[in-house]
Amino acid sequence: MAEAMHHRSPIESGCPDGMQYMHPVMRRNYGNWDYHEDPQPGVLKHVSKNGEAIWTVRVGTQRILDVFTLRKLCDIGDKYADGHVRFTIRSNLEYMVDAEEKVAPLIEAVEKEGFVVGGTKNSVAYIAHTQGWLHCDIPGTDAAGVVKAMMDELIDEFKNWNMPNRVHITTSCCQINCGGQGDIAINVMYTKPPKINHDLVSNVCERPSVVARCPVAAIRPAQVNGKPSLEVDEKKCICCGACYPPCPPMQINDAEHTKFSIWVGGNHSNARGKPTFQKLVAAGIPNNPPRWPEATAIVKKILRTYRDDAKDWERLNDWVERIGWPRFFELTELPFTKYHIDDWKGARSSLNASTHIRF
Amino acid sequence: MSKEQEETAKKASGTPEKAVPLSREGEREHFETPMLDDLETGPWPSFVTGIKRLRDKHPDDRIQGVANSLLGQLEHSYETRKGYWKGGTVSVFGYGSGIIPRFSEVGAQFEESREFHTLRVQPPAGNFYSTDVLRNLADSWEKWGSGLITFHGQTGNIMFIGASTENTQHFFDEINDFGFDLGGAGPCVRTGQSCVGAGRCEQSNCQEMKIHRTLLNNFVDDVHRPALPYKFKFKVSGCANDCMNSIERSDFSIIGTWRDDIKVNQEEIQSYVKEKGRQYIIDNVITRCPTQALSLKDDDTLEIDNRNCVRCMHCLNVMPKALSPGDDKGVTILLGGKRTLKIGDLMGTVIVPFMKLDTEEDYERITELAEEIIDFWAENGLEHERCGEMVERIGLVNFLEGIGVDVDPNMVSDPRVSSYVRTDGWDDEARKWFEKQRQNKLDQKAATA
Repeated sequence: MAEAMHHRSPIESGCPDGMQYMHPVMRRNYGNWDYHEDPQPGVLKHVSKNGEAIWTVRVGTQRILDVFTLRKLCDIGDKYADGHVRFTIRSNLEYMVDAEEKVAPLIEAVEKEGFVVGGTKNSVAYIAHTQGWLHCDIPGTDAAGVVKAMMDELIDEFKNWNMPNRVHITTSCCQINCGGQGDIAINVMYTKPPKINHDLVSNVCERPSVVARCPVAAIRPAQVNGKPSLEVDEKKCICCGACYPPCPPMQINDAEHTKFSIWVGGNHSNARGKPTFQKLVAAGIPNNPPRWPEATAIVKKILRTYRDDAKDWERLNDWVERIGWPRFFELTELPFTKYHIDDWKGARSSLNASTHIRF
Repeated sequence: MSKEQEETAKKASGTPEKAVPLSREGEREHFETPMLDDLETGPWPSFVTGIKRLRDKHPDDRIQGVANSLLGQLEHSYETRKGYWKGGTVSVFGYGSGIIPRFSEVGAQFEESREFHTLRVQPPAGNFYSTDVLRNLADSWEKWGSGLITFHGQTGNIMFIGASTENTQHFFDEINDFGFDLGGAGPCVRTGQSCVGAGRCEQSNCQEMKIHRTLLNNFVDDVHRPALPYKFKFKVSGCANDCMNSIERSDFSIIGTWRDDIKVNQEEIQSYVKEKGRQYIIDNVITRCPTQALSLKDDDTLEIDNRNCVRCMHCLNVMPKALSPGDDKGVTILLGGKRTLKIGDLMGTVIVPFMKLDTEEDYERITELAEEIIDFWAENGLEHERCGEMVERIGLVNFLEGIGVDVDPNMVSDPRVSSYVRTDGWDDEARKWFEKQRQNKLDQKAATA
């Protein structure tokens, strides 16, 4: 404690004010914007009520930035933009400039350094990713690698406006689903109950809170080999992995049985319909580094089908709502199985209680 | 993690011996990374190339070593399809939160990234930066950390990935001096998020950054010292497009809206029709309105039934030059959004249909509401129970009574279907409703007078 007293006390300043770092055109026109235009993919033009305009160039990066890359992005910002940037919720970097003639040289500089301009309007936005094997304590897969592998294949969809509306893709490395909702979500799905290392449980885990974490009450205290431990009712277990974070000896990850699943139709926006959650469409997909080709193939198939069949402005959920799920499975050539029928609390509201059937 | 646990974990993880680099005198051998090398090919920028740059080009030998070791462990994960980080307890002086401890289970093989903690740092509201401040952050981070940064993690923090236990304090002290503070981790108020909003967007209906900072900075103590049932997130979106995913992903969602009429520039409507064609406007605007509140008239002007407009944003998204939000702006507040664990996914629920946010008193009102909610949840929530899950368990009405908010038909999609309810307090409740209606009318009169 005596040693701790030498430490400097923190300044509890909390969240910094963004205004101080904002481009002067944005500061001058704060709250006074009139409309925007989309001059080309990856570029936005916002016009204020007094006629002033600002151009934004949206740039995809590797997200896990080394200091060299970050400084390179800063150099471009100083030389070709006006020294002000922001990041979108999907980790794209945005440069802002106050004159149209600055846009083309900026894009050239960005692309010359290997970054990618796009991700606006009806494109496939940058895939939101989580921590993965790189720095998470409970991951079933790598996130940065999955995203790199998929973006290599979806780069043209990032750079162009080929989609009916914007497409947000997310990845998550466990069923906690830090990646959140997406038009397409690629999530880890465990398929076997945890393997318990009974020698470690009593030392590492607070047993009552582990029991309390289980959504289906499948975990109970037990004596194993004379030691206090936990046991899982494997018939009840839904393989969610919720017990693993509070109790690492209940290992849920497995080289073979940790699989990928794909969900579609999560939409955060209130536009047209109310916000929607994503729905399971495919599971049992191998966790196959370094390029995960099986998962990518399904994502591409769904994207192609949506691109060809949906109407302008339909997000993926709007499209499925119009054509119906039977047609979705038919067009995407994905199997419809008993696992698609929900049996969790409130599941009856997801069943068809009508004669509304398309033939 | 104790030595004993580390040993056992190591045994369990089955590290192959080949992972140990051959060391020549005084020179660091690079771990072989054939699988990661594959991710250096292809057109999208590669994080592997970035980490290798730190390993090969960085002047600091410490960073070179960390990067090499990290690549070795990551390749080992790719080969065995398993993760090898464990949590623990690491904190800076005075705080109990903000650092995600990472100790390697295979630290004996990958020595130099054995301690690889992540610091969660709160970004400026709206994620605005100058290149100068980014350079300052990079300078401090390469002095003390691995040189790897992410803008931003899924909760919205700047993620400084990879520092030793000792260096977390040094790094924090340095960036804290130039205005940055740690975010939340564990059962506490978490780092918030707000959209670009009034800074650059014509659809903004509120001061997103101000709401974000007013709320977050009112709860700094609850951010830094985890003492709540579980996490609690604030997210602010300036309109119902909800770019911050606040309804799905935050406990306290604030969304900008307006009460008066949509502003229409009829000449711009006519020029959209001229440019796109009548059929396009009918198919993509008129018939997509969720409440059939739009009608395209014979002279190609737009008629809007504003009483039945639900402010969904679709027509404004399609025709931003012709349509704008009204002037009587404010926010809607929804409570309790979250992802699956434990009871299943929940969207936020409307608890305040409309609140003005103009004056300092208005901001005090929203802060007090948040305090009331967090206090009630801290008292009544179970361990590891999100606020929305508590509402699910006790019912919305009990929750509203607990925080002193009156019921409102905007809080439901439909009234009750189930007849399993005791209604012997009906007359009192009906009287309350009419009294409130009368009061609202008087207030409105006073406001317009």
